[in-house]
Parts: sequence; structure tokens; C-alpha cells
Amino acid sequence: MSNILEVKKVVKQYGDYTALNEVSITVPKGSIYGLLGPNGAGKTSLIRIINQITLPDGGEILLDGEKLSPKHVQSIGYLPEERGLYKSMKVGEQCLYLAQMKGLSKSEAKKQLDYWFEKFEIQSWWNKKIEELSKGMAQKIQFVVTVLHRPKLLILDEPFSGFDPVNANLIKDEIIELNRQGTSVIFSTHRMESVEEMCDYIGLIHKSNKLIEGKLNDVKREYRTNSFQVGILTSNVEGLMYDLTQKFTVGQADFKSLNEDLKLEIQLGNATSNELLHILTQRGQVTHFVEKIPSVNDIFIQTVSK
Amino acid sequence: MSILTLIIKREFIAKVRNKSFIVMTFLSPLLFVGLIAFVSYLSTMKSDVKEIAVHDESNLFVQNFKNSDEYHYLNLTAIDLKTLKDSIVSERYEGLLYIPKIDDSKTLSTKIQYISNDSPSMSFIEDLEDIIAQKLTTSNFQKAGLDTTAIKNAEAKVSINLTKSSGEETVKGLNEIKVGIGAAFGYLIMMFIIIYGNMVMRSVIEEKTNRIIEIIISSVKPFQLMMGKIIGTSLAGVLQFAIWAIIGGVLFFVVSSLLGIEMNSTPTVSPEMMAGTKADFAVKAQLYINELLNLPIATLFISFIIYFIGGYFLYSSIYAAIGAAVDNETDSQQFLLPIILPLMLGVYVGFFSVLSEPHGTVATVFSMIPLTSPIVMLMRIPFGVPWWQLLISVLLLFGTFFFVVWFASKIYRVGILMYGKKPTWKELYRWLKY
Repeated sequence: MSNILEVKKVVKQYGDYTALNEVSITVPKGSIYGLLGPNGAGKTSLIRIINQITLPDGGEILLDGEKLSPKHVQSIGYLPEERGLYKSMKVGEQCLYLAQMKGLSKSEAKKQLDYWFEKFEIQSWWNKKIEELSKGMAQKIQFVVTVLHRPKLLILDEPFSGFDPVNANLIKDEIIELNRQGTSVIFSTHRMESVEEMCDYIGLIHKSNKLIEGKLNDVKREYRTNSFQVGILTSNVEGLMYDLTQKFTVGQADFKSLNEDLKLEIQLGNATSNELLHILTQRGQVTHFVEKIPSVNDIFIQTVSK
Repeated sequence: MSILTLIIKREFIAKVRNKSFIVMTFLSPLLFVGLIAFVSYLSTMKSDVKEIAVHDESNLFVQNFKNSDEYHYLNLTAIDLKTLKDSIVSERYEGLLYIPKIDDSKTLSTKIQYISNDSPSMSFIEDLEDIIAQKLTTSNFQKAGLDTTAIKNAEAKVSINLTKSSGEETVKGLNEIKVGIGAAFGYLIMMFIIIYGNMVMRSVIEEKTNRIIEIIISSVKPFQLMMGKIIGTSLAGVLQFAIWAIIGGVLFFVVSSLLGIEMNSTPTVSPEMMAGTKADFAVKAQLYINELLNLPIATLFISFIIYFIGGYFLYSSIYAAIGAAVDNETDSQQFLLPIILPLMLGVYVGFFSVLSEPHGTVATVFSMIPLTSPIVMLMRIPFGVPWWQLLISVLLLFGTFFFVVWFASKIYRVGILMYGKKPTWKELYRWLKY
């Protein structure tokens, strides 16, 4: 099996309200999968079903090729968006408790905890109570607890909220490191730049339905507009514009550049990039020539506002 | 270690380590014994002697008023009535008893006055009335030419001996003792339910407000979590009760021997003891002991455990469901009434109806209804309950128990993930169908 998770036509209803309408997603093994969608789209419902917190009203879920069953809680690590810890319980005891709930033996849990506490240099927190820690510190503990039992599938709901940039980066590196070691990750967030940076697959849910799914690059290819951003130094602006508008749709562009160049966004239409480049080189010195790739943000807004 | 024992262990340790739990465990018996000692100390204190002025125009009654610890009677017939009235305040008399000189006893009996600025106690006035009435009766007898000594000798006193059909002799006041024993067990169950049921509820709410709940139930089933919570909390409760009993017992022994409060000096004298003589009492005491030994102690004890488990789990799963349904404790009030009501009802039915008629319809019905049966049935058991009634009651209790636990866990699993709104009864009903 090359897919760690297959969700097939899952339906979830709350009374008359349909939270998930035959949603199917496929998460390939070893991928970082960005689960996107506006608030209330049904992401949390789906995640809770995968975690067996709630049961679906219809559909089927396969984890690593097997039908999802209670024993699979040990293969999944879940960091919910609404997260917290027992305030008056000591850090060490709490971690041991939560790890044992995931099926680790006490000694195994202790070994893993030592590894992570050392890695994050937080050994001194062991006997502190959660209420003595800052929010960011508690979040770190939560992350450790989530990955402690070395799950095959890691489900992270807004993992970076509450972290300062330094710690967010630390966590990001850990996620990438775990992924490199073979852990598949489902990543639900509204921070599009982290999706851009980390995910190789995305799925977009909107109003209880899945609208987009696939490899990030494939999705982007599908949403490409075939336009290029161009920077050019020329003395004859009018001549250039005349040549360009004969063949292409031309607009203003905005990008960072060190030159005092003319910035244009050019829609290719049926022409090729070489034809465009040919015209440009005849009229001046090209300083910038990049295909405009749709950002996840663009795709998100475009799909959701349709 | 299984997940359930893991949860039970954590809940138990979390409760036992809690500062307020520790403080209450050791402070409550101190407070309780202190209160009892204080009250009994107060009751042994002598109150001030109150002086009652008596103005008896006929001089017939005044000798009959005997001074007691509380009241002193002053014969002030010599002083003018009007002066006396005016001097009540200045002379600090508690009151003035005025008996006019009227020969006709019928008229006299309605003309006697007690003048006081305080409102006298009922028993004091009744005492005065008794004394005067007795004197009047005697004088009426004499007027009618009857021999008062002969009448006194002719007066009969009756004390009925209670016997069972088996011929065994029994004693009076036993109903009270039997109800007392049952009530002690019933009351214990009620207190336990209220204290530790609330604790279960608070601990559910705590997990919700901490937002740890979603992390936990991604590893365990909500039902396991709920049961673990209830069992862990009840174990902590049993421990607390045991400590209370031990400390309370030791403290009571120490305090009572230190302050010299004798248990006998308390006015809990049974009607039997007043009726019989000392020698008589020794025999009766033996009868009491026999009766107590004849109580179905084994049945009572086993039933206590069964009803304790059934009743406690029934109620605390409702508490857990309420905790899951609300966001904070203040919101829980509207749902708590249906819990408190049957508990109170159980206690009242127990005291009023079981005492007067242990096998009457009311007592029987309430000892069957699952929400009141743990309290009412325990009060009835000392009177001997047919085994089939016990069986029905226990079956009903556990049937309801399983139903309520199922029902509560439904609400629980939906409720724990609901934030930010105060649910209505209608919504709770809808959750059942999720």
C-alpha cells in the first residue's frame, strides 16, 4: 500500500446539518498533506472521525490499508486545535500518563520522554506544574506528547498557533525531520505560507464538500494562468507596449527589483514564452522573467469565493 | 496496565493530592467534633435564674410553686398589685403571676393572668397551668366531699408489653432505632452522592475548560473516561470517609473524656428507661441487644453495598453528563434540580412514611423507584422486607443504572466537544441522536 490514509465517501450529519458530504481524501505514505478549508468547512469533523472521536454516518476509512479500528489510536498522533493539559498536574507525570494512554509501557514512555526533553532542553520542567509554564512552553509539551509514541500518521490542527517565531521554526523543523524519517503528516492550517513551504499534497474542503485534491504542483499547474512577470529596461516604452499589445494582454505587475525597470504582467494566451522573450529582447534589456505561479492563497480564495 | 485502571489511578491521585481535599479531610472531623462539643458544652451551662413574682390574693396556690434551677417564685401577695405591675421592669422580675380571689373555680380558671414584657416559653406556662389546675382539682374533690387519697390510690398506670407471635418479648422504641440504623446508611449514601457526584461533575468541567479533553478522547473512549472518573472519584471518597470516621471517632473519644461530657447526661432517654426502674432496665437492655442482634445485619450490610454502588453510579453518571453539557459550574444549576429533588424526596419519605408505616404503600412504592430506592429501601430493611421486593427494587435500580449510564455517555461524548453555548433540555435530547 502506498497510501497511509484513505477516506472514502465519508458522511457526517449533526441533526439536519450535513458536516461532511461524501468526502474522500487520499494521503500518500510519507507525504505532508495540507488539509485546507475556511472555518466551518468540516475539517475538524473529518479529523475527529479519523481519530475515532466521533463515528461517521457513512463511508469507509482505511489506515495503512486496514479498516480503521480502535487499535489504530496507537498509530496516530493528534494535536487538536483546542488543546490544553491538566493545569495542576506535574509535567513529567502528565506526559507519562498520556503516553501510557497511547499504549506505551511506562519504561518505554520514560525513555522517549528523556529523548525529547533533552532535545528541547526542557529537562528542568519535569517536576513543574503546567500552570507554572507559559502558554508557549505548554504547547511544546503538547507537541512532545503528540509525537511520543512514534505514530505512523501525525495529524496537526493549527500546530503553530501560540508559538513565537523561534519556537514555531523549531517545531517546523521537527515535523520535517519526522517526515523525513517516514512519518506521514496531515496538516490543517490557515497559514498558507506554511502550506506553501511544507506540504507536498493538499486537499481543500468547502461547505462540507471536497473541492480540490492532489499534489501541490499538479494543483498549481491546473490553476496556472499562463502569465509571466517581466522586468525590462528600455528607452522606448511606447514601442514596446505597441509590440506587446498586438499579441498579448498586458497589465501592471508588482515585484521586488533592484533596477529602475518597467514591471509588467503579460498573459501569453496562445503564444509561447519564447515568442514573448523574443519581442522583449528586441526592445530592451530583460531583468526579470518569471512565470506567475498561483499561490496556495490565490487558489484558496479563488475556489472558496466561487 | 489497562487504560481504565490508568484513568482510575490518575483521577484518584489527582483528587487525593488536591489541597482542598486534604484540608477538608482533616478539618471536617475537627469542625464536626468541635461543633458537637460546643453544643453540648452550651447545654450543660446553667442559665440565669429567673424570678417570678406571685400575687395570690387567696393565698391558696403560692405554696405549690416550688423553686427550680431556672425559676424562683417570690410570694409578693403583700404588695399592692398596681405597685407590683409597675416594678416588673425596675425589679427585673421575669414576670408577674396574678391569681385573683374568686371562689368559683370555673370563673377563677379563666381569670388568672401572667404579666410579662418577655414572651414566656410554652412549657413554662403549661407548668404553671398544671400546678394551678391540680390544686383546683384537689380542692374541687374536697368540696364535693371525695377522699383525695382514695382517688390517688385508684389511679391506674398501664404499660403494654410487646410480644411477637413467636412468644418472644420485645421492647418499645424499637421502630425509632430501626429507622435510625437504616437512616444512617441511607443518609450516608445521599451525602456521598451529593459530595462526590459534584466532584465528578467538576472534574468533567475542568477537562473541558482545560481543553485537554480532545487529546484524551483521541486515545480512549469517552465511556472509559467517564467510568474511570466516577470510579476514581468514588475511591477517593471512600478513603476520605474512612479517614473521617477514624479521626472523628478518636477525636470524639478524646474530647468527650477531656471535657467530661458524659454520654448519659444528654437527654436522649428512651421512653422505656423513664417507665421502668433500674432493675427493670437491665432486663430491657438485654431485650434491646437481642433485638439488635436479630436485625437482618447481613442483609442490611449486603444491601447497603449493592444500593451504594447502584445509587452512586446512577447519580454520578448523571452528574458527569451534566458536567459534559455545560461550560462552567454556574450553568449547571438548571440541570441539578432533577438530581437533588429525588434525593430529598427519598430522605423525607424515609423519615415520615417508613417510620409510621414501614410496609405501607408509600414506603413500598418509593423503595422500588430507582432514584429513591437506595435511601428508602435501606430504611425499610431493618423491619424485614420480603425478598421479592428487594429483588424487584435491585433489578429496577440496576436496569435504570445501565440505561442512565448509556444515556449519560451519549450526552457526555457529544457534550465534551461542545464549547461556548449553554445547552437547553431540547438540545440535550437532540444530542442523543447524534
